[in-house]
Amino acid sequence: MAYSDKVVDHFNNPRNMGSFNKDEEGVGTGMVGAPECGDVMKLQIKVQNDRIVDAKFKTFGCGSAIASSSLATEWLKGKTLEEAEQIKNTDIVQELNLPPVKIHCSVLAEDAIKAALADYQKKAGSKTGTGSAQ
Amino acid sequence: MKLPIFLDNHSTTPMDPRVLEAMLPYFTEKFGNAASRNHAFGWEAEEAVEQARKSIAKLINADAKEIVFTSGATESDNLALKGVLEMYREKGTHIITSSTEHRAVLDTAKSLEAKGLATVTYLPVDKYGMVNPDDVRNAITDKTILISVMLANNEIGTINPVAEIGKIAKAKSVLFHCDATQGVGKIPVDVQAMGIDLMSFSAHKIYGPKGVGALYVRKKNPRVRLVPQMDGGGHERGMRSGTLPVPLIVGFGKACELCGAEMATEAPRIAAMRDRLQAAIMNALEESYLNGHPTERLPGNLNISFAYVEGESLLMGMKDIALSSGSACTSATLEPSYVLRALGVGTELAHSSVRFGLGRFNTDEEIDYAIKKVIEVVTRLRDMSPLYEMAKEGIDLKSVQWAAH
Repeated sequence: MAYSDKVVDHFNNPRNMGSFNKDEEGVGTGMVGAPECGDVMKLQIKVQNDRIVDAKFKTFGCGSAIASSSLATEWLKGKTLEEAEQIKNTDIVQELNLPPVKIHCSVLAEDAIKAALADYQKKAGSKTGTGSAQ
Repeated sequence: MKLPIFLDNHSTTPMDPRVLEAMLPYFTEKFGNAASRNHAFGWEAEEAVEQARKSIAKLINADAKEIVFTSGATESDNLALKGVLEMYREKGTHIITSSTEHRAVLDTAKSLEAKGLATVTYLPVDKYGMVNPDDVRNAITDKTILISVMLANNEIGTINPVAEIGKIAKAKSVLFHCDATQGVGKIPVDVQAMGIDLMSFSAHKIYGPKGVGALYVRKKNPRVRLVPQMDGGGHERGMRSGTLPVPLIVGFGKACELCGAEMATEAPRIAAMRDRLQAAIMNALEESYLNGHPTERLPGNLNISFAYVEGESLLMGMKDIALSSGSACTSATLEPSYVLRALGVGTELAHSSVRFGLGRFNTDEEIDYAIKKVIEVVTRLRDMSPLYEMAKEGIDLKSVQWAAH
């Protein structure tokens, strides 16, 4: 299978690869997938004032899965939580030119974004008083 | 050293220049049809075919008359299973095979089952991928007409105890077919000593041309009969009709001749490179696991699972080395290797497997390059792997509730 230039670029030069301490304030962590299925994505966001100021990923999976999560972190940075919710797997498919057999990689990336956002909301919600300054 | 490097010699092999040289005249000036009995063109072609048949038979200790030319091992497997079943179905319709056979055998067996023409027993293999001869013996019923067990596996290289299985087949008067596609030319094969009645193999795995293979069909003790699966001019003792591809057959013959002459020096040379590759990789990378038998293995085969790294991404990271993976992402079905699964390798490690296939034309310099590249890429991808990070933190990955998708 031939990979698109963008997939190859993200694979060779992954953006924002790494981890935040998941207990750090403002950090939301999403982990989706399963080792038996051949892909696991961990996506983390760092939020300040409802805006994602930083994002990181680690992925076990094929080149397209790595590229999808790398691209997702790029897109997440600078977005508000509301804007981040709007990222769709189809956007990733289009940007990376993923073939039909690799669409599940983009779905996984969307799920990872949603999971990271949900984790952040849960953490923020459990700390009453913080994060609701306005 | 030229890039990319070809380390996928189980899939196919480059043709030996000596083979090509032998073939060339048969495309142009010696173009006759081997079945033309009335002129010099035909005689010349026939003579070349018979010479090749002899070389091929010699490599496996058979008689030249026992070689039936086909288009390749897949056709040979089909002809063996379907042809035997159709010929002997009055006697019984039970076939015994193993779960790690090549798809050409498994899918043929499944197709016969689906049509209600056969019942098939798929024997398990041990953790090294080996068939237990006792399992073969115990699976035989009075309806069993054929045992089909491969000589060496195409993914993990494990060599089956074929001679023992042959003995059991003989004692029980059941025919024994062996798919020896990966073994012929690489390790000694003797259809007499191994008790093989039918055997499939092909030219392109042994530095010969693509598009030609053979089915060995025993003529004596017992005389094996087949119902042809291709109707036509009655070529190949009526077992396989169709004009013989003379240049390909000449190449096949030359390839067998070279393997016979050079195997004794070539096999240890390739095995030494393979052993060096294996030791260097496995010493440098923790949690790398060998798939297949540690010793009873093809000289050029090395199949390793690298925990926490997905196989397709490994291949992508080493794109200047041609390799194969048991990862689902490299298969059309999105299922990881059924061979590794049959060995009891966990799905996640099956996804993480890489197959190296060394051959005649690989060099020490190429192996050095591969060692360096594998270590570099596995290390990079492990840094990128959330599973590796978790394992390093002491989290038992088996205890995690994963959301399968």
